[in-house]
Amino acid sequence: MTVQGWTFLIVGLSFTLYIAIAIITRARSTRDFYVAAKEVHPVANGMATAADWMSAASFIGMAGIISFLGADGAVYLMGWTGGYVLLALLLAPYLRKFGRFTVPDFIGDRYEARTARLVAVVCAIFISFTYVSGQMRGVGIVFSRFLEVDIALGVVIGMALVFFYAVLGGMKGITYTQVAQYCVLIFAFLVPAIFLSLMFADTALPQLGLGRLGDDGQSLLQRLDGLSTELGFGAYTEYGGSLINIAAITAALMLGTAGLPHVIIRFYTVRKVRDARSSAGWALLFIAILYTTAPAIAVFSRTNLLESVPETAYVESPEWLKTWEDVGLIAWDDRNGDGIITYAPGAAFAGKPIYAKDPETNEPLRGEFGQRLITNDSAGDHNELYVDRDIMVLANPEIAGLPDWVTALVAAGGLAAALSTAAGLLLVISSAVSHDLLKGAIMPNISEKRELLAARIAAGGAVVIAGLIGIWPPDYVAAIVAFAFGLAASSFFPAIVMGIFSTRMNGPGAISGMIAGIVFTTAYIIWFKFYDPSSNTPENWWFGISPEGIGVIGMLINFGVAIPVAALTRAPSPAIRTLVQDIRVPGDT
Amino acid sequence: MADPQGSNTRHQAYFRANLTLIGILLVIWAFVAFGCGIFLAPWLNQWRLPGTGYPLGFWFAQQGAIYVFVILIFVYVILMNRIDRRYGVDEKD
Repeated sequence: MTVQGWTFLIVGLSFTLYIAIAIITRARSTRDFYVAAKEVHPVANGMATAADWMSAASFIGMAGIISFLGADGAVYLMGWTGGYVLLALLLAPYLRKFGRFTVPDFIGDRYEARTARLVAVVCAIFISFTYVSGQMRGVGIVFSRFLEVDIALGVVIGMALVFFYAVLGGMKGITYTQVAQYCVLIFAFLVPAIFLSLMFADTALPQLGLGRLGDDGQSLLQRLDGLSTELGFGAYTEYGGSLINIAAITAALMLGTAGLPHVIIRFYTVRKVRDARSSAGWALLFIAILYTTAPAIAVFSRTNLLESVPETAYVESPEWLKTWEDVGLIAWDDRNGDGIITYAPGAAFAGKPIYAKDPETNEPLRGEFGQRLITNDSAGDHNELYVDRDIMVLANPEIAGLPDWVTALVAAGGLAAALSTAAGLLLVISSAVSHDLLKGAIMPNISEKRELLAARIAAGGAVVIAGLIGIWPPDYVAAIVAFAFGLAASSFFPAIVMGIFSTRMNGPGAISGMIAGIVFTTAYIIWFKFYDPSSNTPENWWFGISPEGIGVIGMLINFGVAIPVAALTRAPSPAIRTLVQDIRVPGDT
Repeated sequence: MADPQGSNTRHQAYFRANLTLIGILLVIWAFVAFGCGIFLAPWLNQWRLPGTGYPLGFWFAQQGAIYVFVILIFVYVILMNRIDRRYGVDEKD
């Protein structure tokens, strides 16, 4: 059977499974739809949270990014896991005790203000749309690479599937589908990683493979450090960027993780406060399996790239290089015309590759060694090789010469990661519209049945919009992901934490804090990413912090504004004090 | 409750015990992530994780910190369940 045949088979089987689960677990009430009737087992919720959290970016992109960043890649590894400690200790148990349906529910009730609720709704919708468009794009890319269909058609297939199980099943359907998706994605991630670890480090556990001392008394990491330094990249295991900025980005990602609404609402779905605590632990354990494997994949692929490509003649270079060049994710610009691939720090050329085509036949034009010619301007660096970071995970099975079914499995895993995250985000958008806007603000007396219908229509509408953004992605998708985390860190996280740990925090304090945090963070990101991108350099950053890490300062500003404002305005009503006392205690009071 | 005043002080003592535990665990969390994993990492890199070729600071940043995060949450779960029972605020099934 061909790779494509295997891919159709495995992806088809996994999709059938998701649909079957959705039909069995379809939602019958708004309680089913928003919070899976609050009956999910903590381990199952942990798995669902892990699938919800690990997106196309974690599955396809992260190992590749780390392999290019080296030690600096730790910002993602620690930033996207450390937030769960904050969630488990500071948010999840109390929000479960509070026990309503959404994050804006808590903000609105705790601060007795419709304004607070509306600010929360707008943030929740913005954050979720930012994120979901990237997932739909990921679905399209996997489809086009492995099944050779058009990206747009791939996105439409993904939309149809998510539409089916999110609209039908709501949170309940999504939860159990995510459990299945977690199993698919982790299996698909680990199988090639284990093969690679056996190849490169003689041990089945990738986590140990990196540090394992070989017969020459050297570990893979030491070999890679040597290779990198030789080519002028700097040692792989030493930080390259400023430590202050690395710490700020890590902290912003942690605080953002703890403030992302699609993660928070997963803790509303378990039966008890105790379960909310433990399911955060299970979630992080399941996430850690992928997150401790990813740095190993990064090192294996980096070592392989540096050992097999630089200073090799193009005609003798490995086969996978040409395969991915044909896909358009690798390009070689032989500027000195010697037929040898020079790989060095710096960009091979400005921007993404633009391949030259024959104007009549539309066939790619090739150079004297058979390489595809590109028309980009030189970036003035010595480097001749462009490698798209996304191929690291996708190309692994090929690089390692693994059987075709492994390649198919990786495709199914990438789809599972993208679809599970998309579904969780769509649910946040749908509940924000039907529950927070419609029932919470516009039509408080809406019947349960009609609210459920509205939730389904909102979910359907969100799927369509997300798909359209996936088919025609605006250029700035990558830039606005920093936004999602910055906003979550500077708005939700402080507002919820103060709502739980301070009885004195009131509506005016929380609202002014959120607005100050959001305005500062947004202004900083817009200035450096959109208004004046050429000034986005360390000399111009405030406190040496890049836009990706500025959410931390946004959070501090939120606290710094909220606390004095609350002290100067009226204390919350006795009912609110009772509410706060109540959510701090697990059992009935 | 028959004794609202008594249950109130009990709840306050319970919450203080909770805050102490959270405080201790978050100090460890911050020390491992931002200390060992970032600011102390270049210094720690002069040693290797015993028995391996991992530079120690790099290991904390890309492996160790994540293991510590998982352990911290489960420690919190176990100790909080115990504190819940001690103050009689655990959830009845």
